[in-house]
Amino acid sequence: MADISRTGVAEPSAAPGGTPQSDPAQAAVLRRAYRGEFLRFVAVKFSGALVSLVMVVLTSFFIFRVLAGDPVDAVVGDTPATPEQVAAIRERLGLDEPMGVQFWEYLRSLFTMDWGTSYVSDKKVTTLLWERLPATVLLTATAMILAAAFGTWVGARSGWRRGSTGEKVQVGVSLTLWSTPTFWLGMIAIVAFSVKLGWFPVNGMHSTRGVGDGFWDEFFDVAHHLVLPALTMAAVLYAQYVLIMRTSILEERGNDYLTVARAKGLRDDHVRRLHAVPNALLPTITLAAAEFGTIFNGSVLTETVFSWPGLGLTFYQAIKIPDIPLLQLLFVFFAGTTVLVNFLAEIFYRFLDPRVRRSA
Amino acid sequence: MSTTESPPPPVPADVIKSSGSERPQSARAIVWFRRRAAFGAFCRSYAKHTSGVIGLVVLLAIILATVLAPLYTDRADLNAATAPGGRMESPSGEFWLGTDRTGRPILTMIVWGARVSLQIGLTAAVIAVAFGTVVGMVAAHYGGWLSWLLMRVTDWFIVLPAFILSIALVVALGSASKWVIITAIALNSWATTARLVRAQTLSIEGRPYLERTRALGAGDWHQMTRHVLPNLMPLVLASATLRVSAAILSEASLAFIGLGDPRSFSWGIILARAQAEGAVSYGAWWYVLPPGLAILALVLSFTLIGRTMESVLNPRLRDDR
Repeated sequence: MADISRTGVAEPSAAPGGTPQSDPAQAAVLRRAYRGEFLRFVAVKFSGALVSLVMVVLTSFFIFRVLAGDPVDAVVGDTPATPEQVAAIRERLGLDEPMGVQFWEYLRSLFTMDWGTSYVSDKKVTTLLWERLPATVLLTATAMILAAAFGTWVGARSGWRRGSTGEKVQVGVSLTLWSTPTFWLGMIAIVAFSVKLGWFPVNGMHSTRGVGDGFWDEFFDVAHHLVLPALTMAAVLYAQYVLIMRTSILEERGNDYLTVARAKGLRDDHVRRLHAVPNALLPTITLAAAEFGTIFNGSVLTETVFSWPGLGLTFYQAIKIPDIPLLQLLFVFFAGTTVLVNFLAEIFYRFLDPRVRRSA
Repeated sequence: MSTTESPPPPVPADVIKSSGSERPQSARAIVWFRRRAAFGAFCRSYAKHTSGVIGLVVLLAIILATVLAPLYTDRADLNAATAPGGRMESPSGEFWLGTDRTGRPILTMIVWGARVSLQIGLTAAVIAVAFGTVVGMVAAHYGGWLSWLLMRVTDWFIVLPAFILSIALVVALGSASKWVIITAIALNSWATTARLVRAQTLSIEGRPYLERTRALGAGDWHQMTRHVLPNLMPLVLASATLRVSAAILSEASLAFIGLGDPRSFSWGIILARAQAEGAVSYGAWWYVLPPGLAILALVLSFTLIGRTMESVLNPRLRDDR
């Protein structure tokens, strides 16, 4: 992809900049300059991401320790507790310390990866995170790949034929999907395909009855459970990719290099796929990274509707208690991952788009 | 809008008013005349977008149905004690959309739920857009370290998973009352407006008539309220319309995962109840389908209106390019 964009874009945009490419010595100097520029760019972005991560950690402490008040009720639950028991719990959780000491303990826990114990299951919350993570990765990755592949494909085609009936239908479908509540779509899918038609399991990730011991038996069982949640999640993400890709192709459409490609006698389809789409993909990547947070938003809702045993469902269950240590860890995990993905996308983007490199 | 006209001579407003014969109108009257003309042009251009007109018609229909609700439904039907229907009845001539587990008619619930959804969606969007506009204008106007700080905070809010942060806030604040939900939603949706407004303010402040205003000694407040804000308003309104869709969706999602006011009847809460009362496994489609369709219709109408306003106001997106 990098090669295509280089031949497609770099030369025309570099020419007006007035950099003579023919002189090898000067080219070497320029390359070194770019490298220095690049390192400085990485350093700036990295410090930005670091500041964001620190802010995530501070926000987590602020929301769950300062705003949330006393979590003892949550620990005790419905069983009546004597004042001595309450005092013991407060001491165990470190709640009788002053706020400053609590904050210090919190910071220390960050570096020792000791995030405390869940109020409900008496397991370390980090253990819970690692247990539930694979299910979420499976669901979100499937949904994301489906949505991105299908969405960019449809978006590119509809943007290319602006004003056609097909384009209007595609945009209409995308806007409708964008306006649909994720959880409702899931509920409808369950009513229609699981309850009425009986094609797919109602919820969960594994059948409760045994399905056989073989790897493939289990594989197909999980895949069978995955269909509805993955499609539900993909449907909502899909809309964004279609709309972004369509706009991006529209911006690309009037460019001279496409006229040249057509003048060479290339077929329209060929011009779209090999010339316009690779360049139009660039903004899509940035926006996909920026929308990464919405993946977690979607996974909380989808996993709740389908009882998919991932982090989203864990988050939902923790809200009900509320299980503060677990919520705190998940909040930092969700927000921190989003910050990191955005940072990586910005770096990656510079490799993909030479224009950004040169104009910087 | 009228950039081709020659700029008015730099005389104070009262002189314009008094120099009767060649200028019969006051400066303010001219301004309002131009605004009316611009609004008329906007409406004509808007009317050409079929999807935008459909969105507007749907929205007006929903608002009308909501406002007139007391005339054709009985609020007492929503009280579990005086509910008229049987348990989970499927749609019939009497109850067009069936009933829930305590026999309350679903249609009445949805009609009354529109109030809550609209109220929360609109309030949250207005607060978010107002706050975002102020932050954006301040960042653009004053520049320097203040701008840097405000934009870092803005970027940070854009990156964060908004829904997760809303959940965390509602959980931390303890009660899921209406104002807590509005605050949690508004806090997570002002940032995009702030960024948009900052960019737009910068471009407006570069125009010559603002330089003239400054040369005449106008203060920050006068510049902002009299010259920048009127120019910003159309874009801010378009942005606000799109914010409303997002806010309604957020409210429904929060309500669904149990963070809603349990005494109210927002559409999200109806769906949460449907889930809790086992409507899904019971196959009670009349309990699940209509509230979601209502959310879809409302959100889609706001989205269509917002997009049409954007494409009318933003020449880059216009069809005739």
